[in-house]
Amino acid sequence: MNGLINNSKELILATANKIRWEIGENLHDVITEAIYKDAEKIASKVITKNQSKRKLDWDTRIDKLVTSRIFGLPIMMLLLAIVFYITIVGANYPSDLISDVLIGKIYPWLKLVALKFSVPHWISGMFIDGAYLAMAWVVSVMLPPMAIFFPLFTLLEDFGYLPRVAFNLDGIYKKIGAHGKQALTMSMGFGCNAAGVIATRIIDSPRERLIAIITNNFSLCNGRWPTQILIATIFIGGAVPAYLAGIVSAAAVVFVALLGVIFSFVVSWGLSKTILKGEASTFSLELPPYRPPRILQTLYTSLIDRTIFVLWRAVVFAFPAGIVIWLVANVKFSGISIAEYFIDWVNPFAFLFGLNGVILLAYIIAIPANEIVIPTILMLTVLITKLHGLGAGAGVMFETSSISDTALILNAGGWTLLTGINLMLFSLLHNPCSTTIYTIYKETKSVKWAVISTILPIILGFTVTFFVTQIWRLINQ
Amino acid sequence: MFDQSVCETCPAHNVNNLVKLGIDMKDFDYVIALCGNPNTGKSTVFNALTGLKQHTGNWPGKTVTRAEGGFKYGNKKYKIVDLPGTYSLLSTSVDEEIARDFILFGQPDVTVVVADSTRLERNLNLVLQVLEITDRAVLCLNLIDEAERHNIKIDSRNLSKELGIPVVPTAARQKLGIPELLQAIDEVATGKYVCRPYRTTSEFRNVSHAVNELQKMLSKEFPNLPNTRWIALRLLEGDQKIIDALKNGELQNLTQLSSKEGKNEWINK
Repeated sequence: MNGLINNSKELILATANKIRWEIGENLHDVITEAIYKDAEKIASKVITKNQSKRKLDWDTRIDKLVTSRIFGLPIMMLLLAIVFYITIVGANYPSDLISDVLIGKIYPWLKLVALKFSVPHWISGMFIDGAYLAMAWVVSVMLPPMAIFFPLFTLLEDFGYLPRVAFNLDGIYKKIGAHGKQALTMSMGFGCNAAGVIATRIIDSPRERLIAIITNNFSLCNGRWPTQILIATIFIGGAVPAYLAGIVSAAAVVFVALLGVIFSFVVSWGLSKTILKGEASTFSLELPPYRPPRILQTLYTSLIDRTIFVLWRAVVFAFPAGIVIWLVANVKFSGISIAEYFIDWVNPFAFLFGLNGVILLAYIIAIPANEIVIPTILMLTVLITKLHGLGAGAGVMFETSSISDTALILNAGGWTLLTGINLMLFSLLHNPCSTTIYTIYKETKSVKWAVISTILPIILGFTVTFFVTQIWRLINQ
Repeated sequence: MFDQSVCETCPAHNVNNLVKLGIDMKDFDYVIALCGNPNTGKSTVFNALTGLKQHTGNWPGKTVTRAEGGFKYGNKKYKIVDLPGTYSLLSTSVDEEIARDFILFGQPDVTVVVADSTRLERNLNLVLQVLEITDRAVLCLNLIDEAERHNIKIDSRNLSKELGIPVVPTAARQKLGIPELLQAIDEVATGKYVCRPYRTTSEFRNVSHAVNELQKMLSKEFPNLPNTRWIALRLLEGDQKIIDALKNGELQNLTQLSSKEGKNEWINK
């Protein structure tokens, strides 16, 4: 019986094959064409267009401009610059306000309470000086820029601009042997690299998908935007006259973000020419119509989906990180803390790259989340420089934490414009956070590709900062 | 006396019966598939029906895997599956495969196609492809407000006659037309509305004989198989997925899916 069924199935297939030979190979096209023709026929029966189609023309006109070969990329940079400018200029005041409350008022009160109930030194140290301060930092330094940046970015997305960015970049991706859809996963990575890596599922070819996964880290993620904005404000904005500070620091952030895009091109190209050789496949991307953005809903979703989500993640990671930082700063061998041993040990190495031991240690501690790099750097800097005026002792953070105080601390830690630039570059080019690494492993099911995706950016980061530093020092000798 | 049954068919009556179930769906009476081109407001329709807040984005492939939700309408429970946005079901990207497989093998009770009214002609390509696979469909003409602003008028009654399925104009962002959409879904699901789906005929001039022959063989081999014509065409195209389905017996299962258990099993796997 079973054999019979199989036979008749095979008979069906054989018949199909035979007929296919007879009718030729283009049946697929014939069917597609027939459907298109029918759709056209039906549509013409039921649609009436009023000939004063001015509004439709608007779409085409805007499209001609923003996807133009000449103006497309400059417009993209300009829009990004405007968004960053508003973020940088707008974030200062709420940042000061929040830190005044969290660190200026609540922190001393917590210490007082701990003293009153004679809580052991190491407990109040770990939880108040460590975990609480780290969390307060994350909130006061990160919340304002996020609350401004994400809604603006989401408005651009809602308006329909982001697919145009993908469209502008599509041609380049094809040229470098990657998939055009990578422009989309890259945009997604600007939100979160782990999400960007998952989004590469829309790319069918495994080769092109791997390229998209490995290079997603070059999209600055949520956790790194605040770092870029803060350091640009302090060092780049601080190096120019005050009236230019906002614009110049915004331009610097745009530059770093674009550098990331360029790196994703270069690395994609390199991969597609070496270990991931192959032809680029094509796809069709339809540009959605422009829609008036829904301001209120955008505010709501970008606050809930992004700002609160990222903030929460940062706070959750800051808690244990704060404890670790306090421990490495306060567990001492013959009077010297673990952190100081490590920092002294790696300082000569870091000097080659225009960084310092604090930055390297911070990046090790902050592998779980890019969001806590800056707070960690500040804590460690205070520890190393023993800034008594600002700190309440070794390994404890200072009382106020506005952006100007942050500048003060970093300058006291021996930071220069070069350190700032290198930190921005290194923040762009270093290993993805642990969540992203794990996601890469889950998506590729390969330790090899997860390791490559982790190591490759670090090598690039050190290479780039090394050359920047050496050239800088040659010029400024 | 007041005729109650008239009330029950009025959308205004039934919208009060809409209970959004989110994803809390234990068992259900009907399964609905939601498909459509990218950027047609598909996810907005999904959210309007289920009360879920699915984050939507303006690019294809955003809904990478399918999202599920549910609602209760009248006293029936509906499970609704949001399929990835696709322009067609013909070629073989993962998105299109997910959408096509679900409509073919999941055998939803109703397939709702969400179309962008301002680009109806292009969207109809997908509608026609869906109608090749399934008999029970509803066309949701979304963004009808935008079409109006662009001075585009669509004769939805005539379109409904042409396609042989209910056509409901909606503006899902403003929640306009959702009650009517619910009613149309309900009517198709319960069999009150019997679809007579439009089938493409123009391609048959050369191959109609071949298709007929294959169709006959298929119906003999799989007596209760729906869409034999569509499967015959795919076999003629050399669609590997369908060839495999024929070989490994997945097509056979299609004939058994009319039983609810069989369907649940496929959908939940």
